[in-house]
Amino acid sequence: MNPEIKNIALKDAPGSTDEFIKGLWRENPVFVQVIGMCPTLAVSNSAKNALAMGLATAFVLVMSNVLISSLRNFIPKQVRIATYILIIATFVTMVDYSIQAISVDLHKNLGAFISLIVVNCIILSRAEAYASKNTVSKSAIDGLGMGFGFVFALFCLGSVREILGNGSLFGFPIFPETFQEWIVMILPAGGFFTLASWLLLFNYFKLKKAKS
Amino acid sequence: MSESTTISPGTQTNDGSKKMLIAMVGIGVVCAFLIVFSYEGTFGRIEQLKAEALEQAVFKVLPGITKTGIFELTPDGKFIPSDGKDRTKTLVYAGYDDQNTLKGIAIEASGQGYADILKVLYGYDPVSQTIVGFYVLESKETPGLGDKIEKDENFLANFNGLSVALSENFTTVINRVVPVKFGTKENTWEVEGITGATISSRAIGNIIGESTATMIPLIYQQKESFTSAPNTPTK
Repeated sequence: MNPEIKNIALKDAPGSTDEFIKGLWRENPVFVQVIGMCPTLAVSNSAKNALAMGLATAFVLVMSNVLISSLRNFIPKQVRIATYILIIATFVTMVDYSIQAISVDLHKNLGAFISLIVVNCIILSRAEAYASKNTVSKSAIDGLGMGFGFVFALFCLGSVREILGNGSLFGFPIFPETFQEWIVMILPAGGFFTLASWLLLFNYFKLKKAKS
Repeated sequence: MSESTTISPGTQTNDGSKKMLIAMVGIGVVCAFLIVFSYEGTFGRIEQLKAEALEQAVFKVLPGITKTGIFELTPDGKFIPSDGKDRTKTLVYAGYDDQNTLKGIAIEASGQGYADILKVLYGYDPVSQTIVGFYVLESKETPGLGDKIEKDENFLANFNGLSVALSENFTTVINRVVPVKFGTKENTWEVEGITGATISSRAIGNIIGESTATMIPLIYQQKESFTSAPNTPTK
């Protein structure tokens, strides 16, 4: 490897890992920033739906962050929000078609929530607060971190709700036949219960860490 | 234009507007290309998947068939073989066994459910004059409650031998299919509902009732038009 490149890579490495971890854990969009609640509560009723929704959002987040950050000196300030929405909506439309092309069933389950990624506040907030002020590579890593933070959070909710509400994980039964499903967990109310429990857990650990 | 170039504040605004215009139009064009590109790229596959899903559903509602043929209903009430590409037409799907004998006809029907329009497919056997299978194609019913119409075994058993016998001159269904409460089914033309999914299950009963009342006499009167299997790939 060229020594110069190696040096740059080394210099960049701790920073980029930090950017990535930030979104995944310290500033997790769902558990810490508590944004993007609409899809979080609505499509986390099974692990598969949660994962698909999370990945779709992460893809849009990374792509829009990259494009917005590469155009940040070209977009006039007055029309920036309109332009961001245009860019985000384009990637969402692309994801919508791709999911339909992958599986009709999956698209049926995610329903209107795919199109609603356009107005997901995580994406616009990252575009406005980060991508419009930082370099392309940093924005990409930020998008990846936040995206996977969202996937992680949605999976946490989706798996718990599916296990308790349907007695299965990714559609495979994990409890004996006699298990009585907690139907409420896959209904909207279950989303609130599960989110509250996870937030409790997260804040408990945060407080404990702050004290020590 | 030449006048505005002499006034400096005007020039600045013009430049600013121009920049905004270029940025918006430029990005708009790029986005439009991206969307068209992904639409074109996925269109074939999406159509194919949808057709496959429907084809599989036909096999589910008509037990024992090995091949299918698509027919469309013409405005004058005749059934003619169709390629199934024009989804705006009323289409029915005939199912045949290995000996090319007509085993039944799958019919699409739709109506208002609890959450949104419900789209279902049911199989009709002209020999026994009964409904022999049922499948929900599209439903946004409440998970855990309304979506029991897709899973509840007791409910699905309704559609195994649901009577749609025709009157002597084959113009009307003698006993229209009707939904009844859970535990009160007495006749073979009644659809027994589900406790906890009352509205959804009643909607299904009504959708089938309405569709069979118009489609079954039409199909039965022309059952000969279905007897020759069009050349479609076997499964």
